[in-house]
Amino acid sequence: MDFSGLIDNFGPLTVTGLAQGAIIALFALGYTLVYGVLRLINFAHSEVFLMGTYACLIVWGFFGLDQNSAAPGVGGMLLYLVIGLVVAIIASGVTALAVELVAYRPLRRRNAPPLAFLITAIGASLFISELTGVLTHRNQRGVPPIIQAKPLFTIGDTTVTNLQLLIILLALVMMFALDRFINGSRLGRGIRAVSQNPDSAALMGVNKSRVIALVFLLGGLMAGIAAVMYDLKIGVTRYDAGFLLGIDAFAAAVLGGIGNLRGALLGGLLLGVLQNYAAGLFGSQWLHAASFVLLVVILLFRPTGLLGESLGRARA
Amino acid sequence: MRQVLARAIGGVAIIGLIAGAAACNSSSSSDDTASSGNCGYKLAFFGALTGSAANLGVNIEQGFELAIEQYNKAKGSTCIEVAKFDSQGEASVAPGVARSLVADKKILGIVGPPFSGESEAADPIFESAGIPTITPSATRVSLASKGWKTFHRAVANDDAQGPAAAAYIKDNLKAQKVFVADDQSAYGAGLADVVKSTLGALVVNTDKTEGDGKQADFSALVQKVQSSGATALFYGGYYTNAGIIRKQLTAAGWKGTLVGGDGMKDPGLSKASGVAAAVGTVVTCPCSPPEAAGGTFVNDYKAKWNQDAGTYSDVAFDAANVFLQGIDAGNTTPEKLNTYLSTVNYKGIANTYKFTATGELDPTLIKVWAFKFDSSGDAKSDVEIKTS
Repeated sequence: MDFSGLIDNFGPLTVTGLAQGAIIALFALGYTLVYGVLRLINFAHSEVFLMGTYACLIVWGFFGLDQNSAAPGVGGMLLYLVIGLVVAIIASGVTALAVELVAYRPLRRRNAPPLAFLITAIGASLFISELTGVLTHRNQRGVPPIIQAKPLFTIGDTTVTNLQLLIILLALVMMFALDRFINGSRLGRGIRAVSQNPDSAALMGVNKSRVIALVFLLGGLMAGIAAVMYDLKIGVTRYDAGFLLGIDAFAAAVLGGIGNLRGALLGGLLLGVLQNYAAGLFGSQWLHAASFVLLVVILLFRPTGLLGESLGRARA
Repeated sequence: MRQVLARAIGGVAIIGLIAGAAACNSSSSSDDTASSGNCGYKLAFFGALTGSAANLGVNIEQGFELAIEQYNKAKGSTCIEVAKFDSQGEASVAPGVARSLVADKKILGIVGPPFSGESEAADPIFESAGIPTITPSATRVSLASKGWKTFHRAVANDDAQGPAAAAYIKDNLKAQKVFVADDQSAYGAGLADVVKSTLGALVVNTDKTEGDGKQADFSALVQKVQSSGATALFYGGYYTNAGIIRKQLTAAGWKGTLVGGDGMKDPGLSKASGVAAAVGTVVTCPCSPPEAAGGTFVNDYKAKWNQDAGTYSDVAFDAANVFLQGIDAGNTTPEKLNTYLSTVNYKGIANTYKFTATGELDPTLIKVWAFKFDSSGDAKSDVEIKTS
């Protein structure tokens, strides 16, 4: 074990871990939202994210930007960032809705058993991922440097860059907005009602199908934002990017308490930081192994996750 | 462990089935091959045609296929057929594909497998089927010491490449602090270990990453490299990970030089990292620059594939020609062809080929070059590294 590797780099590892964790958290929201309402793990959510990572690359490509472009000025940066976010959100949202309409809704109409949903979820996930793989020849694609990482301020020996700050702030803001939406709006009340008891909600006049579609859409929106942040932070995407990060995001959702929005945020940030600490202490090859061992340990003591399952139980 | 055992037993069972079926076939049907002029046989390419490191496999396959096409043209007929087997470069996929290869009894020889990991998985199957292989690029040292009679390597192994990379870091880059990392693959770890032991005290810290496609966020590695004060990072691995690592290193402001082996010698690296970040990255290779290949190879390759010859395209071309020469001389069974390889002394376009008893390239014929990424986004020949 390399204790000096962890201690000497503690600050920087924490900051980069938080940034990675923020992306995982936004991604995890999709799992948590759908689970909270349908008690279904939407494995195709990783491909909802994947579509976002490619959509913004494609639209940046229309502007003539590729991995070799020079970084744009501040105006261009903001413009491209907003355009990229909008397009990625649309792409991810549409993918999420399409998966719900094509893969899940027909099964729900026929009252299929839960296992059938699980298999279609995995099937939809593999189909989209492999299709992307074939279309891109399984090559990875570099991201244009929309945001040039620049040191913003320094705490002790830890430098925080503009990109890291943007990712973390954006995740927090989106989290807050989503939380307000679910707990404060009319549509949000519908979501909570279906989550608590679908049949009663339907009797009270809540359109269940519309609520379910809304939940998929919301998850897709968050995944779209996560996708743009991922592109900017990692700098590369490829057909299995969603699968890779999807495991982390799913774990984060479970860690925080699946079905619990704030839990997803906590779980994501925690997992991101823990992975970096594990990489510092044991070497990067233990990144996933160590963090997942810890996940199991935490679940042993808190089987419902750190904050418990609570999308439905949140106060009106 | 149990899984490994189950796989091994399953593998043996399947080989048995195939061998049994093949035996039935050959006894029941009369053979229609043995036509005049030693024709009607196949040579196989085995390696990645898709997957994360496919570019390296495709370079080799195209060189291989070009040689056979030229041979057939000279013969005036489709004398030797090309058989392609896509292993995706994965050790987990390779055995299944290898079993379907050995089931084809017309295949006399194999060019491949290109990577060390898949070689370890697939070569035992070729060995038990008795089909000779010439790998144009699998460089892990231990491949030659497994006692495989059918194994041949047309390039130098990591024992030559590792010290050469270390010599370059010491003599050309004059780095005083070096960070060494690898991807835990058979190839990457083997190469990094040799570099580590050759550089000795110059190595300030080490790390290991996960393999291609299993890790995208290298911020912990990047942080360690930065805080170690190293001016050179040697990465034992392939271009897929190396491209992401180079990009994230540059984004974090690290200005040192990334050095790697032949697995990183591919424009795929700069496609991920962006050309600006990739410029200056050095890769070693137990090969000569493809553009320096003799004869009309460079132009022929370009005419056929509409792209420049890549890493090991020339060696694969030579390897195919070694087989073709053997078949032409009447060695039309895998056994005879394998015996032929032990005596071969063939002057090709990239090198002269002579194999030792373990299937290694004769030590006097070894060449290692350094290549450097320039603003074209590809690695161009830099210097030949003197290792002895």
